[in-house]
Amino acid sequence: MLDFVLFTLIVAAGTGGELCVSRAMKSVGEPVGFHPAEIARTALRAIRQPWMWAGVGMMALAFFALLGALSMYNVSFVVPVTALSYVAGAFGGAAFLRERVTFWRWVGVLLVTIGVTFVFFGKS
Amino acid sequence: MAAHKPLQSKTFLMILVMVLAGPVGNVFLGMGMKAASPLLFWPPAQLLHSALRVFATVPIWLGILSLITFFVAYMLVLSWADYSFVQPVSSVAYGVVALLGWLVLGEKVSVLRWTGIAIICLGVFVVSRTGSQATNRETAGKA
Repeated sequence: MLDFVLFTLIVAAGTGGELCVSRAMKSVGEPVGFHPAEIARTALRAIRQPWMWAGVGMMALAFFALLGALSMYNVSFVVPVTALSYVAGAFGGAAFLRERVTFWRWVGVLLVTIGVTFVFFGKS
Repeated sequence: MAAHKPLQSKTFLMILVMVLAGPVGNVFLGMGMKAASPLLFWPPAQLLHSALRVFATVPIWLGILSLITFFVAYMLVLSWADYSFVQPVSSVAYGVVALLGWLVLGEKVSVLRWTGIAIICLGVFVVSRTGSQATNRETAGKA
């Protein structure tokens, strides 16, 4: 039961957090160059976005759930299982960020899901 | 067309940082959590005691440092590329983490798990061939 809660938190809070961060970064815009000062300016603009804080909070929750899972299982099992976030991510990208997810992206996401199922059943 | 080339190298570089820093961070976290185990999560006093033990280990902090590097690269790449493109492409990291788990931590990785990771990478390949549409759209708009 505890492992189910932990993996659900990793996937749901992790994906939700990434979507919020992505939304914040889209509002901030792309940095003009790769200079440290420009990256710092972008980071400062980013932390003024409420979506960024919501995202970071959710990702922190997912991080603690990941630590809990890593205390019980091998890293080569835990991390691939978290790839279930691809399904949530593709749906979230389409619904929440209004990105166009093509047919082939859905095929890729399906393959990732099948791969995760194999990893799950390959738990030794 | 010329404007696309530096943009693609920038995306490639950031994704490379992501697929290296992420797995290295996870391996360090795995090492730290195993070193701090066994951990008790209940009652709350035990949870606090466990948390203090976890954050007293060096690998946990190295893992956090690597994951911060991953996060910065991730935020930067998300500012110019589609989330639904970046997330699947970065899943190459799942293969890297299994490889590191096997080589560094000596974890037993079954054939079925390697097969699953290979299928995940195939899914990544399929997704990556769909391109990063937002990147191209925005660049075309600015040019």
